[in-house]
Amino acid sequence: MSKQKQKGREVPGIQGGKEQVFSFPHMGDYHVPIARLLENMFPSGRVLVPPPITKQTIALGSRYSPDFICAPFKFNVGNYIEALAKGANVLIQTGLGCRFGYFGEVQEQILRDLGYEFQFFSLARENARLKNAYQGFRQLGCPHSPAKFLFYVLIAAESIRIMDHFAFIMRERAGFAQRPGSFEYLYGCMLEELRQVSSIKELLAIRRQYNEAFGKVEMRQTQHLLRVGIVGELYTLMEPYSNLFIEKELARHNIMVSRRMSAAFLLFGKNSRKSLKDTGKYMRYWPGANATDSVAQSRYYGKLGYDGIIHMKSYGCTPEINAMPALHNVGKDYNIPILYLSFDGQTNETGVLTRLEAFVDMLEMRRKTFEEDGLSGRGHRFYFDKGSRS
Amino acid sequence: MIAEEYIWTEGNPIEAVKNLLRSLKESLDKLQEEAEVCAVGTTGSARKLAGVMLGADAVKNEITAHGVGTLSRYPDARTIFEIGGQDAKLILINDGVIVDYAMNTLCAAGTGAFLSSQAKRLGIAVEEMGDMALRSLAPAKIAARCTVFAESDMVHKAQSGYRKEDLVAGLCSAVVTNYLNNLGKGKVIQPPVVFQGGVSKNPAVARAFEKETGLPVIVDENSHLMGAIGAAILAQRAAAGRVFDFRAAERTFSTRAYECGGCANQCEVVCFYQDGVLLDTWGNRCPNYDRQKAALVG
Repeated sequence: MSKQKQKGREVPGIQGGKEQVFSFPHMGDYHVPIARLLENMFPSGRVLVPPPITKQTIALGSRYSPDFICAPFKFNVGNYIEALAKGANVLIQTGLGCRFGYFGEVQEQILRDLGYEFQFFSLARENARLKNAYQGFRQLGCPHSPAKFLFYVLIAAESIRIMDHFAFIMRERAGFAQRPGSFEYLYGCMLEELRQVSSIKELLAIRRQYNEAFGKVEMRQTQHLLRVGIVGELYTLMEPYSNLFIEKELARHNIMVSRRMSAAFLLFGKNSRKSLKDTGKYMRYWPGANATDSVAQSRYYGKLGYDGIIHMKSYGCTPEINAMPALHNVGKDYNIPILYLSFDGQTNETGVLTRLEAFVDMLEMRRKTFEEDGLSGRGHRFYFDKGSRS
Repeated sequence: MIAEEYIWTEGNPIEAVKNLLRSLKESLDKLQEEAEVCAVGTTGSARKLAGVMLGADAVKNEITAHGVGTLSRYPDARTIFEIGGQDAKLILINDGVIVDYAMNTLCAAGTGAFLSSQAKRLGIAVEEMGDMALRSLAPAKIAARCTVFAESDMVHKAQSGYRKEDLVAGLCSAVVTNYLNNLGKGKVIQPPVVFQGGVSKNPAVARAFEKETGLPVIVDENSHLMGAIGAAILAQRAAAGRVFDFRAAERTFSTRAYECGGCANQCEVVCFYQDGVLLDTWGNRCPNYDRQKAALVG
């Protein structure tokens, strides 16, 4: 074992003489830019996108994860195991501002204990710095110069920005397309193009082309537009399987869904000091990860006169639990109802759908009485919030 | 109200709906005047199943149904406590509109299931619990955080010589403490307060609520039927003028659950048949399946 490791270090790019197969965990549709990035970085290797998340994935992940760890960990472990079974031998992980930052180490150990052989590279903590990431990639066999490396990172970053830009519009408008599914279809086409992209020029063309296409989709006129903001823990928000496709369900109820949390937000829009300030008087300290963002965004939705907020987290997410008392106060002060949902890799939708249906009924009834009282000046037109869609 | 029935599903909603139909038909037949079913509404966890079975006009979640039902009787109610067999809800109302609600999420400690399992352990019927608890002079203090803690607390108290009444009284107030801790978090409880759901038939729990909140708690004589009343009102509003047939009770309904292998999603699809004919399917997530379904169900 140790001999093999030694060998891997001597000849970068080749692990025991075998072809390198790169893989990574799923989160929403981000496998598109990430797979492209890895392909660019390691031209001699192969990139394996793990099979889509299914019940089997979460069952596998739960079996081999600590019981009280949060659901994202379990989903990741499930993804890794399924990818390893398909032949992956280099696994990539990222890290974030809560215990997610240490997931990589634990997951690596769990997988090694299961008897898998692989290289593991975690972009957490100091490895998240560009310089260290470059060195790590070099060690894994990336043949590029720093300039080329930066170029590919730039392409990936811009792809993510474009994706999130259109995903934001899609979430807002999906419930109102004249032909249901139009936005989802366009978005899918765009992802296919992003999968092939290789220059900034192409990226700009994609952005221009889809700006036009999205603008051309015919929309239904609606009188009582209900607007819901979604805040909370990032993985649960961004991986639709882990929140039981709640955004689609809301769109089906003809609700405009706004979610500012996205990979682009985390990479380019996040600023802990600013978001702490934006929580107003509701928070004085930063309790980790995205707690202040949840509160600041909720306050923002409250100010805009949104009809409701849905706060989602994986069960046991400490930063978000810390955000909840502040959210209670935001809800009270801005008179905006907040639905709290916790997910732990369960697959039964009935409980969540019941709460969601009741929430939607409640928002409709509230809206009706507001209108009867002549209180609703806001909310009839689409409000596109340009600033947040980095 | 001209006919009513309250039964347990016992894990078999299809059979339960059939039994309900039979007994409702019986009580309608006994009436002097001719009665006609104008609309059908269903609510609860099996609302979809029952709704398809009966061709319901309104299929609504239980939170809305409870709110609507209670508001029809108590138009100025501000707070609804609802404790059923498996879950508990807290509904806040302002000017006749539901403005906030909470539903227990993780465990069944503050619900009827907790009371009935403990009643079984003590060897008494769940219906007797309330009156028994009211006879207690010194209720035992029982931890309410979790069913397992409560149970071990109760067993210890029993061994140390507490009387059964005191234990039962302790259990009834444990339910209330758990309910208020879980659902009442950060919510302002305003009078008038209405208490309903199956557990509201237990007078000791109602009294414990009054003691904890310091507010009078109204328990309607039909408190266990409020959800059904709400569903009926919603059905009346949505009535499509379909003719209802009590013979649904004699039909055979069956379900078949399978894992769709059409794509990587592997949805669990439930097919619902009436006399061997496919009525409806649900559980699928993808548009491909919707098209297939449209062709199958017609």
